Amino acid sequence: MHQAQSSPYKIKALFILLLSMLFFSLAGLCNANEKAEQFDEGTTLLLQKNFQEKKKGIEKIATSGDKRAEAILLALLDGKLFRIKKDNTLVYARVASPKIEITAALSGKPLGSIKKRKLKKISINNTLRSTIKDALAKIDLTNPDPQVRKDAVNKLTTNLTMESSTLLAKQLQSEQDNDVREALTTAMAITALRSGDNEARMLALNDLKGNLNPAVHNELTRLIAEEEDITIRSKAESVLSSIDSKISFYGLVETLFFGLSLGSVLVLAAIGLAITFGVIGVINMAHGELIMLGAYTTYVIQQMLPGSIGIALFLSIPAAFIISGLTGIVIERTVIRFLYGRPLETLLATFGISLILQQAVRSIFSPLNRSVASPAWMSGSFQINPILSLTTNRTVIFIFSLLVFAGLYLVLKKSSIGLQVRAVSQNRKMARAMGIQAARVDALTFGLGSGIAGIAGVALSQLTNVGPNLGQAYIIDSFMVVVFGGVGNLWGTLISGLTLGVANKFLEPWAGAMLAKILILIFIILFIQKRPQGLFPQKGRAAG
Amino acid sequence: MILLKLLKSDRGGRFTLALLALTTLVVPICNLLLPESNPLHISTYTMTLLGKYLCYALLALAVDLVWGYLGILSLGHGAFFALGGYAMGMYLMRQIGDRGMYGHPVLPDFMVFLNWESLPWFWHGFNWFWFAMLMVVLVPGLLAMAFGWLAFRSRVTGVYLSIITQALTYALLLAFFRNEMGFGGNNGLTDFKDILGFSLQSDTTRAGLFIASAIALGFGYLSCLYITRSRLGKICTAIRDQEDRTRFIGYRVEHFKLWIFTFSAMLAGVAGALYVPQVGIINPGEFAPLASIEIVIWVAVGGRATLYGAVVGALMVNYAKSYLTAAMPEAWLFALGALFVLVTLLLPRGVTGLLRKKEINV
Repeated sequence: MHQAQSSPYKIKALFILLLSMLFFSLAGLCNANEKAEQFDEGTTLLLQKNFQEKKKGIEKIATSGDKRAEAILLALLDGKLFRIKKDNTLVYARVASPKIEITAALSGKPLGSIKKRKLKKISINNTLRSTIKDALAKIDLTNPDPQVRKDAVNKLTTNLTMESSTLLAKQLQSEQDNDVREALTTAMAITALRSGDNEARMLALNDLKGNLNPAVHNELTRLIAEEEDITIRSKAESVLSSIDSKISFYGLVETLFFGLSLGSVLVLAAIGLAITFGVIGVINMAHGELIMLGAYTTYVIQQMLPGSIGIALFLSIPAAFIISGLTGIVIERTVIRFLYGRPLETLLATFGISLILQQAVRSIFSPLNRSVASPAWMSGSFQINPILSLTTNRTVIFIFSLLVFAGLYLVLKKSSIGLQVRAVSQNRKMARAMGIQAARVDALTFGLGSGIAGIAGVALSQLTNVGPNLGQAYIIDSFMVVVFGGVGNLWGTLISGLTLGVANKFLEPWAGAMLAKILILIFIILFIQKRPQGLFPQKGRAAG
Repeated sequence: MILLKLLKSDRGGRFTLALLALTTLVVPICNLLLPESNPLHISTYTMTLLGKYLCYALLALAVDLVWGYLGILSLGHGAFFALGGYAMGMYLMRQIGDRGMYGHPVLPDFMVFLNWESLPWFWHGFNWFWFAMLMVVLVPGLLAMAFGWLAFRSRVTGVYLSIITQALTYALLLAFFRNEMGFGGNNGLTDFKDILGFSLQSDTTRAGLFIASAIALGFGYLSCLYITRSRLGKICTAIRDQEDRTRFIGYRVEHFKLWIFTFSAMLAGVAGALYVPQVGIINPGEFAPLASIEIVIWVAVGGRATLYGAVVGALMVNYAKSYLTAAMPEAWLFALGALFVLVTLLLPRGVTGLLRKKEINV
């Protein structure tokens, strides 16, 4: 004000500015007013008891273009939209026991809390539910994110009406994104199938060949059942069978993926064992518990760094390697060292150690399972096409296990310690004569195998809950993998682990999860009796 | 006569059997004839517990026979024990008749619950006691024979054999967990009413079962003693110590192994069959690999390759288990684990080895 008084010129300018602003906003307001009016009409209709009226209301709200439309429809769908019995105000309700907190649906103002009996839910039925879903999809069609638009198109396609197909046709003209256009074309083809024009229908059938959208599958099945024109029907049948074969192919790919994923877990769990059992011939029944220690290490590190799950996970890999590895070395130095050459006694003693480790963890961390969080980049999935998606965490763990395998392989083949390990495993006396300290190599080998078990634990913590019995579940499987692959052969372990995983997953749909496991076990029992050396037996002197 | 001669050379066995005979007489008398107020009265609970230990001792004998004398470390003997137990459990289930929860005249409760229409084929015949008893020895025996025939013929030995026996019991564990198998799934068989017409709740039946367990243990002991002291036993020891050499001399090693292994599985089955009516339940938990490996530690603690050692070990470890799981539940697994380590490192001949002066090479 002070400034305005000092300079009358400025007042004038300000006045003109204000006037022009008013003018423009009025023009905008006219449009907005129309929107708001339609929106208000819609919301009043929602208060009606009659479902038919409510339906009209929903459609009005959806086409109003008002910003509040989406929120109100979502709340209605979730059963969170209420009206206050006294004055018919629409509110969102949130239970904050014992009372219910409400927010005005139209203005967005919080209205405090209220007793439950003063509210009445806006009820909907199944028809309304699908109307709401359609309406929401229509709203989503204008969303700037192409993924949301594509989902909206697919949603509308599953339940295509005349009205929505005109809407989609309009969308197709303005749509820029290729993925969305593709989805729209599918919808157009389905519309064309329903038209009377046989030529257009043949063209549409051609377009739909190999299309994996479930809506297309349904439409074709319906068409085959109802169609009288033979050429169209036979064409539709051939298109449908092409789709079906594609679906079963991707089903196979999915099973293969799950099998490889299970196999990679088995490889991770077994590969440490392949070192301790295969290279130095020690049966370590506590191997599963070393895996468990790795998983608990992940849990503890995550508890220490609550804010940064990703960093905690990366830190746990070396930490788990060190902790499990050191535990392994301690076990080797205090117990196993005295039992070399007595494998059955080693088996019993290490089994005792596994019981002690289990109970120790149970006493320290409680017998309950702990869940370890996954970082955001590991959750979710890669959507390859409408029926095939690969979960990210399983893909990551598959790659991770291959990396661990490669790392271990390089250590054994290229490093000097690896050379010593192989020398001792092949001919202990000769190796000692060449000046290798066999006892030191034994301890290091055992530590290496145990450390790898710890790393396996880190990976497992991303797939299942972490509990004291985690290791037990894997010990028998791991032994099976090592023995099946051929003792002392890393490649054998990799191949047998993946094979067993895939075989398990392929048997599962046919025989059920439990029976598949039993069948695999029986197969391995029979296999070992036929070929005790495993798939890839060691050659030469070490085979003894 | 032969047995008496054998016993003369087995001092520990003589002592154990004498103690066993004494217990068999005294415990039921103290339970049935003495009033509860009498300080010497033995409660039915204690008697049943002792009966359970006797079954474990028989099981330990079976393991000792193959491990101590034949060198086969079986980590799957719990499976044979459980199979015998299931055969007995099936008989007891059929004895329930229409007294079950659902009152079905033929089907056990869990089958009614699963909406089964009729008895599965493998349940037929178990209403006869003699048939069930035949199955108690036949089922474990046949499984052991099939398994052993495959394993010993292809010369699977040492730790490989241990691991596949463990896989065997693990596979059975998974299988018996399935409801579709028709053995009661996770819950197993329970809620038994009577055996041969005698109520399982009565003290006299309990005493009878206790005596039966003691007699079975006695006969089991004598038969194992007979086997180990016979020519057959000598060959077994030879196989344990130098398998290849025994084979080169001309013995069919796999045949000896197969028969002893099968006999041992049958003994385990009998132990299981006596165990089930006393504890009143059989469930897949008995197939757990841990249960099987625990048996091995009983034998190891008592002293491998001495029959009475197996009996002593089973009694000792199980008494410790009962005591510790009640007094300090957390400590039991620590103790068991430590037992595994200490016995293998420091006491390779078990506690009876401490008493024996004469050096026997194991």
